[in-house]
Amino acid sequence: MTQFTRRGALAAGALAGFAPLARPALGQARYPARPVQVIVPWGAGGGTDATARIVATLLEKEMGQPFNVVNRTGGSGVVGHSAIAQGAPDGYTIGMITVEICMMHWQGLTELKRTSYTPLALLNEDPPGVQVNASSPYQDVKALADAIKASRPGQFKASGTGQGGIWHLALAGWLGAMGLRADHVRWVPSNGAAPAMQDLAAGGVDLVTCSVPEARAIIEAGRARSLAVMAPQRNPQFPNVPTLNEALGINYSVGAWRGMAAPLNTPPAIAQALTAALQKVWNSDEFKTFMNARGFGMTWGDAAGFAAHMERTDANLGAAMRAAGLARG
Amino acid sequence: MNAVLEAFQMVATTEVAIAILASAVYGMVIGALPGLTATMATALLVPVTFYLSPIAAIATIITSSAMAIFSGDIPGALMRIPGTPASAAYTDEAYAMTRKGQAEVALGAALWFSAIGGIVGTVALMIMAPALAEVALSFSTYEYFWLSFLGLMCATLVARSSPIKAIAAALLGLLVTCIGIENPGGVPRFTFGMTDLLGGIEPLPALVGVFAVSEIMRAMTSAPPPPIPHRPLGSILAGQWALTRRYNKQMWRGNIVGVLIGALPGAGADMAAWIAYANSKRFSKEPEKFGTGHPEGLVESGAANNSALAGGWVPATLFGIPGDTITAIAIGVLYMKGLNPGPTLFTEKASSMYALYIVFIIANILMIPLGIVMIRLSRHVLRAPRAAAMPLILLLCAVGAFAIGNNPFAVVLVAVFGVIGYVMERNGYPVAALVLGIVMGTMVEQTFVTSLIKSDGALLPFFERPVSAGLAALTIAALAWPVLVWMLRRLRRAEPAR
Repeated sequence: MTQFTRRGALAAGALAGFAPLARPALGQARYPARPVQVIVPWGAGGGTDATARIVATLLEKEMGQPFNVVNRTGGSGVVGHSAIAQGAPDGYTIGMITVEICMMHWQGLTELKRTSYTPLALLNEDPPGVQVNASSPYQDVKALADAIKASRPGQFKASGTGQGGIWHLALAGWLGAMGLRADHVRWVPSNGAAPAMQDLAAGGVDLVTCSVPEARAIIEAGRARSLAVMAPQRNPQFPNVPTLNEALGINYSVGAWRGMAAPLNTPPAIAQALTAALQKVWNSDEFKTFMNARGFGMTWGDAAGFAAHMERTDANLGAAMRAAGLARG
Repeated sequence: MNAVLEAFQMVATTEVAIAILASAVYGMVIGALPGLTATMATALLVPVTFYLSPIAAIATIITSSAMAIFSGDIPGALMRIPGTPASAAYTDEAYAMTRKGQAEVALGAALWFSAIGGIVGTVALMIMAPALAEVALSFSTYEYFWLSFLGLMCATLVARSSPIKAIAAALLGLLVTCIGIENPGGVPRFTFGMTDLLGGIEPLPALVGVFAVSEIMRAMTSAPPPPIPHRPLGSILAGQWALTRRYNKQMWRGNIVGVLIGALPGAGADMAAWIAYANSKRFSKEPEKFGTGHPEGLVESGAANNSALAGGWVPATLFGIPGDTITAIAIGVLYMKGLNPGPTLFTEKASSMYALYIVFIIANILMIPLGIVMIRLSRHVLRAPRAAAMPLILLLCAVGAFAIGNNPFAVVLVAVFGVIGYVMERNGYPVAALVLGIVMGTMVEQTFVTSLIKSDGALLPFFERPVSAGLAALTIAALAWPVLVWMLRRLRRAEPAR
């Protein structure tokens, strides 16, 4: 840890030393002087990987140096998130961090948390939805909520991701907001949203709380229906699906998000340059086309906005995890 | 008919032709490098597809994955390093054939039956996609449990050792899958506080370790084997027609198993190859020849893993549910290119679907000439002196393992599994059964525990659903049969002694 800060201090010192020599504009032009490494904590081919790769391609166009995506997998995301935090804070190691950074420390899996990074920008957030089988008797989320309230604990089964995953916490939070225990609906862990949606279509579970884009293909195939989204606004791509607030008057929202971050103590000038470039990327037509095609929600937050967003998520998820008995210590 | 013509026009462009050719060569090379999988070949193509037209983008994925699944057989046959997990089932068999001086027959069979399997899988996709998808969608965790359990039971069949030792090796594999947090409870197990163990043990480093590294260790401790006679590699395709006729039934069984298992989400080419190889031995007239360099199992499982690849596109295109890791990536690209999976893809975008079928067929035909070139290039490995080849193979193993997740821990795992594999083989425990345990273990546990959660702890639902009951009957029959045979044989052998 001492070395960590010493290196940070050195970098900052070096930058301060050069500062009188260069005007801010020139200082920005100097970074990046060589290729930048973009660490992705998840495997090649997934949604996070695809997003990071398009962002890297567009950043390269914006900043004139290659941005190389490196997948650092393992440890359920811990390995890659650590690699970003422990990178040299010189702007040449950045990475895409995901909502798991606000969950893993509550489970006692790592010391890393949101404050271990220099936030650069929030790029995307996908809120959870409530999906049921197409032949389910519940036509709207109110009917489902009433049935859940009237059911005995454990009678309803829900799925969407692994035990303690983001969609599990979404369910726990929603049940809590309705005044029910977090395990009133039993969670059936799955290997992600696609297998859960398949099990929903096969009649194996009663509801799935993954994001609506993840459920899209099965919904469009007429095998499932989406009853609500747990978000402040409706999703413009699925305008017929109401929000929980509209349907039940419950103002609960927690989503899976992705953002870019740099190691702690990255020089502010570099961080600001990256945030500015990321904003241009986020506003570009290429990025919009990509996100819309994949059905990913577009949410922007600059460095301060991202930090505030992480703080909110962290508190929300911590509460949900304690309620579900998943938090430690 | 118009749609078919339109599809031909869509495929017959320079862009698509270049895309197919380039990705074919690329897939061939990546698949042949130990440790680099078909999935990785596909994933690395994704940024390239941003710049391609929809059909060209999908064509690169189809072509490179088909080539990589075949060329994964090459290092397996020549050096006993399975290039992809899908070739692990018959790596020992192919390597034994090479040691007998039949490398061209082994690789020719892998090539020929891969191409046939790919084409049969495509035809099945064309005419039966909706029906197959219906079957796939009716599979809940109960059915998957029996299926993965059946797969696990292949352990005693893929090995040439005593069944007891095979079962012990498979159980060790199951123990390995207990490591990590990715279990139904979401609780870290056997991680000893190590972050690297949280995600569990991936099958690939284990595979490379127990097969390749243990082979290198054995080579270091034993005298060099009699050199394989220096002779030009015979014609690669010459013997294949005879094999096709001789093992016609096995080939079709492999194709059908491949298509069915491929169409099931979550079970892919790896599982298809294992089950096909085990089937081949179970129903063979000469099971004693298996493992000594006998092409029968190679025919069946080589056909199965490539037909599974096409089968995986059934749930992917109809419901957006990935049939395996490759189609999981392909679904992302389909969305990107406006070819959203769903029934409408088959009606409104029918011409695109036909174009996709045409690409599949072209890729599998192109596989034969390219495969021949690849085999001819790589056979030189056999002539290299052992002292030069072994360090190089070890280096390849380390690089391949590192490339999976850019994580040095994978290299350590390869070394550890190399030692485990060496000790096991020294004592007659089959490493193939260990790998099978690692591949199937997670699925067995996940499906069993989630099924129990859904049924509130009752076992009856495992037998209630019709498909589930059928699979359960199959499993129990397969479980009881060898025990019966063994007891009968024991009785018969015991009698004359009395």
